[in-house]
Amino acid sequence: MDSATLSRILTAETLGFHIIWATIGVGVPVLISLAEAWGIYKKDPHYILMARRWTRGFVITVAVGVVTGTSIGLMLSLLWPRFMQLVGNVISLPLFLETFAFFFEAIFLGIYLYSWDRFKKPVYHWLTSIPIVIGSTFSAIFITTVNAFMNTPAGFTIKNGELTNIQPLTAMFNPATPTKVAHVLSSSYVTCAFLLAGIAAYCLLRGRNHSYYKKALKMTMIAGFILALATAVAGDLSGKFLAKHVPEKLAAAEWHFETQTKAPLILGGYLDENNEIKGAIQIPWALSILGKGTPNGEIIGLNEFPVDERPPLYLHYLFDGMVLIGSYLIIISLVFLIVWWRKKNLWNPWMLRGIVLAAPLSFIAIELGWIYAEVGRQPWIIRGLMYTNEAATTADNVGTLLVVFSLLYLALTLISIFVLIRLFRKKSVEKELEERRIIL
Amino acid sequence: MQLEIIGITVLWTFLYGYVIVASIDFGAGFFSYYSMLTQKDHIISRVISRYLSPVWEVTNVFLVFFFVGIVGFFPDTAYYYGTALLIPGGIALLLLSIRGSFYAFANYGARQSRIYHFLYGMTGLFIPASLSTVLTISEGGFIRQTGDGNIIFLPETLLTSPYSWSVVFLALVSVLFISAAFMTYYAYKAADRPAFEILRRYALFWSGPTILASIWVFMALYQHNPTHFYNMLDIAWVFLFSLVCCLGAIYLLWWRKALGCSFILVMLQYAFAFFGYGYSHLPYLLYPYITVQSGLTNSTMGWALVIAFIAGLFLLIPSLFLLLRLFLFSARYVRGEK
Repeated sequence: MDSATLSRILTAETLGFHIIWATIGVGVPVLISLAEAWGIYKKDPHYILMARRWTRGFVITVAVGVVTGTSIGLMLSLLWPRFMQLVGNVISLPLFLETFAFFFEAIFLGIYLYSWDRFKKPVYHWLTSIPIVIGSTFSAIFITTVNAFMNTPAGFTIKNGELTNIQPLTAMFNPATPTKVAHVLSSSYVTCAFLLAGIAAYCLLRGRNHSYYKKALKMTMIAGFILALATAVAGDLSGKFLAKHVPEKLAAAEWHFETQTKAPLILGGYLDENNEIKGAIQIPWALSILGKGTPNGEIIGLNEFPVDERPPLYLHYLFDGMVLIGSYLIIISLVFLIVWWRKKNLWNPWMLRGIVLAAPLSFIAIELGWIYAEVGRQPWIIRGLMYTNEAATTADNVGTLLVVFSLLYLALTLISIFVLIRLFRKKSVEKELEERRIIL
Repeated sequence: MQLEIIGITVLWTFLYGYVIVASIDFGAGFFSYYSMLTQKDHIISRVISRYLSPVWEVTNVFLVFFFVGIVGFFPDTAYYYGTALLIPGGIALLLLSIRGSFYAFANYGARQSRIYHFLYGMTGLFIPASLSTVLTISEGGFIRQTGDGNIIFLPETLLTSPYSWSVVFLALVSVLFISAAFMTYYAYKAADRPAFEILRRYALFWSGPTILASIWVFMALYQHNPTHFYNMLDIAWVFLFSLVCCLGAIYLLWWRKALGCSFILVMLQYAFAFFGYGYSHLPYLLYPYITVQSGLTNSTMGWALVIAFIAGLFLLIPSLFLLLRLFLFSARYVRGEK
């Protein structure tokens, strides 16, 4: 394989691995901060313990997030030197700001971790969680603007092959930025709500029915429902953004070939040799509504684009998977809330199983979404400006690097899972409640 | 002031910050592993983990900051160094990943493991060695540009160059010296007498090799890049100051006096040497291909970065101050009472 293909594989692998930890890094602090705030407000030590335990697991995941984040940061220069050269000229501002946001987060994470009992008033300790939330969220925002720039580059003009008239802020707030940021943030938050809910539900399923778990589950499910709705709204706005600014990406995901109004939304199915859609569920008008907000909206089809500038058609399945999982998250949390409101048996094993399942599913949705976002931009690395193949390194040995880093990611996954399991097994909630003399 | 000078000064200052904080971190990892081998870990490991725990993540950011900053201010470096450094950079990256994650596994993962400890200790030596090759490459002679603009890295030249090895050696002994000097001070503040004595001995032990390694680097540079060498001679007083600071630090360590001052002298020793080296390296970022003028980004972006940097400092300095106050200058925390 040539260096470009190998570089793509290595980058995909690194990003796919990093995004798991990055999502946890962005979302979990919000829930930790929420739990601690609620615990202080209600004077309920269970929530405080929740914040403590989540933090303990969070540190491990953050460490892996930091190293993989450093990896992807450096790898972009090593594997895509031409790309980074251009990025340096036009969109380096948010990259630079991202390091500040992360710096800020890192400092306060250190403080938060080691100052649980150092302040006279607990609320001071809670206050140190705010910079962590701000830092991690802004890290995500800044980095997402760079990715948005790759989809809809802006803030410069090209004269005789030279970049001129560069406007860093316009580049940063390019057309893709608002919807992309909203979708990335809301989906990170919702994934973490379901991750923590899944863990609580799992413990309840295993017969550990301390009220600690029930409180954790209720809290995360309320958050999960709100955030799942927010993610759906952000996703809908992203669809409208795509229809207007990056129509080929939406068209590829929807197997939408002919430009038309009252376009149907296609679920599942397959394409035969003549690119005819078979076996799919067609929801009339729905694609026009998703893209333009009205059935009469005209959706641009894939046939308007040259064949060598179309993204691959398997994107359809990724898109469908993401949407289905998103809907599942809304449904399961809604059912939970209705059952709770009707005062029925909330701890029904089927309900709990459904919630446990939601945790891995939401991570799969994140992966599907990112693959869709990145592959959907192909063959461009910066849409309309630079082809992916042109940007790759000319150096050999990418293959070696690929093997080494694959092994590293595999090892890190296994060890971190192992470490996390042992960490929490060794100190169960019940034991810790007893040690801290928390009796309610 | 000119944009390129502001840019490179900011970046160089951050790199200096990384050299200091990362050296403390790398060396501490090595010492803690070494003390485990010699069964002295019960004496010094507490002091080390007390210091490292809250700050390790911050260390990493200095490095990320530097390389993001250099791509921002001098985009051409991304192309040249990015192409050339695929393998050395990949190795450094691998080691950094191993180190960061295994630190967390060992530290927060509830159980002490010899393997985690080993990885953590040894990467502390290999990372500075591999990172230092970037500075070596910047002296020129290890990268060739072909007629059609492609960049070719010459690994054999790098591996057989005496200059390259002198830099690696200097990096290693500096890491151990800086770290031991700091840890001595920290143990002293923690009123941990046995740890203090051991760490002081380490610091004194590594001070001599530091001076020798510096002289070796000078001589090797004369062979490798005489222009740069003569530029350094023009500002020889800077390097003499560095030597004086080093001797002062050794004097204070020896007589167990003013250990805080002693560590500040070590920082000054490296500040003089590092900025002296950087100043005489100018205008080249990569000899002879990129200078700070030729590699500079457009001025709009450059000034945007400078403004972002100043705004960022307003946020970071108070936060860093809070971190240091809570964990470094809080006698009660250092002593382990809280």
